[in-house]
Amino acid sequence: MSETSIEWVPEAGFVVPQKQRVRRIRTAVTTEGPVLRASLIGIAITFLALFLLLPLIVVFYEAFNHGLGAYFSALTEPDTRAAIGLTLLVSAFVVPLNVVFGLAAAWAIAKFQFPGKSFLITLIDLPFSVSPVVAGLIYVLMFGSNGLLGEWLQAHDIKVIFAVPGVVLATIFVTFPFVAREIIPLMETQGTVEEEAALTLGASGFSTFLRITLPNIKWALLYGVLLCNARAMGEFGAVSVVSGHIRGLTDTMPLHIEILYNEYNITAAFSVASVLALLALVTLVAKTVLEGVWGEELAGGSRRH
Amino acid sequence: MSFRRPSILPGFGLTLGYTLVYLTAIVLLPVALLILRSSSLGLDGLWAIATEPRVLAALRISFGMSLAAAGINVVFGAIIAWVLARYEFPGRRLLDAVVDLPFALPTAVAGIALASLYAPSGWIGGPLSTLGWRIAYTPLGIGVALIFIGLPFIVRTVQPVIEELDADVEEASATLGATRAQTLLRVILPSLVPALLTGFALAFARGVGEYGSVIFLAGNLPYVSEIAPLLIVVKLEQFDYASATAIATLMLIVSFFILLVINLIQSWSRRRFGYV
Repeated sequence: MSETSIEWVPEAGFVVPQKQRVRRIRTAVTTEGPVLRASLIGIAITFLALFLLLPLIVVFYEAFNHGLGAYFSALTEPDTRAAIGLTLLVSAFVVPLNVVFGLAAAWAIAKFQFPGKSFLITLIDLPFSVSPVVAGLIYVLMFGSNGLLGEWLQAHDIKVIFAVPGVVLATIFVTFPFVAREIIPLMETQGTVEEEAALTLGASGFSTFLRITLPNIKWALLYGVLLCNARAMGEFGAVSVVSGHIRGLTDTMPLHIEILYNEYNITAAFSVASVLALLALVTLVAKTVLEGVWGEELAGGSRRH
Repeated sequence: MSFRRPSILPGFGLTLGYTLVYLTAIVLLPVALLILRSSSLGLDGLWAIATEPRVLAALRISFGMSLAAAGINVVFGAIIAWVLARYEFPGRRLLDAVVDLPFALPTAVAGIALASLYAPSGWIGGPLSTLGWRIAYTPLGIGVALIFIGLPFIVRTVQPVIEELDADVEEASATLGATRAQTLLRVILPSLVPALLTGFALAFARGVGEYGSVIFLAGNLPYVSEIAPLLIVVKLEQFDYASATAIATLMLIVSFFILLVINLIQSWSRRRFGYV
């Protein structure tokens, strides 16, 4: 962590560390009175509790409402186990592919100057602003039986839509920007000096990347992987369009939740949901810890860029 | 002149090449195909589908509810961002972490949780139904789901701006005789406007495309509580690819437009305030 002492620098006078400058002591004229302050805090807590915290609590309440036995028997039911397996399989494909893409894109964008860079970043961000349902639809138009490649795929007996490859593709699309988005701004602020030093000292390009760049971005990369994984395991809209909802075969956990819920199997639906909610909580805790310890690094990335 | 500025770092061609190939295969080609397919309908065909009563109703509900939810979120999101950035109180860090929940919680999980809360037998729906209010399975349910989904966009856009506001201007305003209310409304609020607008646009864009959390809570009655993304799914199930493509294209155009607006807000803010 950074030191908190105030340093004397000959040319600049007293230098207060960055963190202290942000939270300065506020006097009566630059803050609100106790009544207004308390009511604003009250509004914020009530709103967050009502709209965000209560839904989370109700997931676990409904899951365990009929006891631990019902909970675990719902989770070990064969179709549920298949759904959990498929979800793990999909994210095992999606996360590494998007990590490789994120690293490649960040290397090209952050370490080099070339025209059209900001346009390229906009294109990488594009999947963020496309509705998940539309994301699913574009793959149906591409690979579906009426699609562009439909006849060719049928002739070669390859199934993409209503099969696992379609689920993987749709999930890749939806989680496409996550890793790149986290590491590009950080690598941009880190510049190229350290890599240049390594290269002039005789390191190869690959070992420079492995031993200089990768250690510098490891926390941001981990954060990107966590976000990408959470979204990959939880994606519903895009996957729902391409999967065909075949129980035990193309049903991921979120789709299985929908099926169980629509069959009024409420406890089972919430049991599966609680596993995904737990994943979300782990992601949030990891995010809070990462930001607390490496806040300066991460904040440099996601803010003001 | 070469394409890129000279550098001794290796791997530019390889990484940029891979980026472009992957981007084209996963994103650009499929999106281009969607636009191509809908352009074969022609403007008349597109217009005919867009003005079908059921499509029109779905678009109106999607856009209307997203606007309303983003509006509510701007007010409460600004308060939450202010409280988190300015005040110290027990539980602040927990509250700060909770704000990101909608980013992390899968939409289907949020959907069934909200549906069970707001159903007439639920924790919130129960007391409301004794007052004669119904939220689940009405358009109001869509609004509730979109408030859940959109809140972090506002808070996370506004909060860093509040944290980095200079206290000098507030002090100056106070020394010049302004009351605290005047300082808040006439000094601080204007400098938060770009962030509030950006957050509003992000929440609105997300709301228009949202599917998973809404469908469990909406009731999904055609003309009443059917959102545009759901109508795309319905049309696909009926093998009506032309209509599905047309609705998707309309939504895509709107999201491009919103992206453009966000960029305009940010470049205006950079000129006017010196930050985004």
